[in-house]
Amino acid sequence: MIQAHESVIVRTMSRLLIPLIQLFALYILLFGQYGPGGGFVGGVMLGTSLILGILVLGPESAPCLLAKKVIHGDGVGLIIFAGVGGLCLIGGGEFLNYSNLRIPWVDTDSHRRYLGILLTQLGVAVDIAVTAISIVISLSSINDSGESHD
Amino acid sequence: MIEHIVAGLQRPNFVAFVILFLWGFFVMVTHPNLVKKLIGMYLLQTSIIFLLVTIGAKKQSTVPILQAADAAAIATHEVDPADYANPLPHVLTLTAIVVQVATLGVSLALVAAIYQKYGSLDEDEILKRIE
Amino acid sequence: MTLLFEISLLVLLIITAAGAMLVKDLISSVLILGSYSFLLAIVWAWLGAVDVAFVEAVVGAGLATVFFLLTLFGTAPKDTRIRRTTTPFVAWFGLPLLGLLLLYVAEDLPRFGSPDSPASVHVSPEYLKNSLQDTDTPNVVTAVLMDYRAFDTLIETAVIFTAGIACVLLLRRNQE
Repeated sequence: MIQAHESVIVRTMSRLLIPLIQLFALYILLFGQYGPGGGFVGGVMLGTSLILGILVLGPESAPCLLAKKVIHGDGVGLIIFAGVGGLCLIGGGEFLNYSNLRIPWVDTDSHRRYLGILLTQLGVAVDIAVTAISIVISLSSINDSGESHD
Repeated sequence: MIEHIVAGLQRPNFVAFVILFLWGFFVMVTHPNLVKKLIGMYLLQTSIIFLLVTIGAKKQSTVPILQAADAAAIATHEVDPADYANPLPHVLTLTAIVVQVATLGVSLALVAAIYQKYGSLDEDEILKRIE
Repeated sequence: MTLLFEISLLVLLIITAAGAMLVKDLISSVLILGSYSFLLAIVWAWLGAVDVAFVEAVVGAGLATVFFLLTLFGTAPKDTRIRRTTTPFVAWFGLPLLGLLLLYVAEDLPRFGSPDSPASVHVSPEYLKNSLQDTDTPNVVTAVLMDYRAFDTLIETAVIFTAGIACVLLLRRNQE
């Protein structure tokens, strides 16, 4: 695995930047319906914050341990998306037709579709974030398995 | 025949697309280094997405986000489509870009696995070592 | 004036792409590819596609460069310098011929920016007119992507998931 960076400046700046990137990623994810942004970009930025932690702070630090736990949830985003579609089926309509979501406080058709779009964007973001982290961990462990199995 | 080709040269976006597409294809097919082929594939994919976005652009139009200033026009379904860029190619493009990066990840994983087994990134060397 | 701006952006784009392909060292080539992605994002914002420019800047200039560099760091330095090779004759003849053919048919494409082109007259005005009433969402691209065409997005999410699983199967089989 990649070792921690030697310079104190780089490590401290990364520790400052990681929460800022996550805050900005949440903003872009939730405001995807009022301006450019949406599920894809929000998900990639969430993944990028943990990738920065893995690459700069080394294999024993908190972001890397968190990332190793996060990649166990690899299919959760797909389940959320398909689950919203299933909820629409349960509500009485076709698959992924958001007008049939049965949620207690939401009355008008356009509010139901708004909520459907928001939930599916969340599912896509989680899926892309976990996949980006998983690919980076796979690619950065090519040295380990080469050395330990020779 | 020549005047058709000269008329085709009047469109700068299309000429840029043709140059990038053919050069990326050339590098992908002829170069022996594996990672260089992947760089050529990346240029090929982005040039096609460039063509898609160019087809959807409109002169003197703004981004396809409905502004609050047109609230009166929106309420009566009177939005003029010529004021906004065409949103359908953008949708296709978003899907294509994300699939492009996923394909790149898998191809690079394949290259890394080949390097672990045969120790080289050069096509001719790998063919020699297989025998 | 604006035509001058467009032409200079396109020329810069081709120069960066040429740099990425002609440089001999692989790591420099990958970094020039990152700057090519950035210029491409500017071109798309100029053409009115802000969502696309956003995704390209984050994914192309960020994630793709990280993937390439991680793979190249696992190799020895002798492999990141490439040698000149002879190219096959067919490529030197066939590809310019293909280029001439493509330019020959370019005349029949609709004029740049016309609102009557076939891509903009069938379903797209309906989406632009009705999306705010139906879904409360000012961003038409998000509404089309996640509501009117949600099935495509579901399958694309499945493709991304499969790519992650494929990488794990290729590279991490030796661990637990």
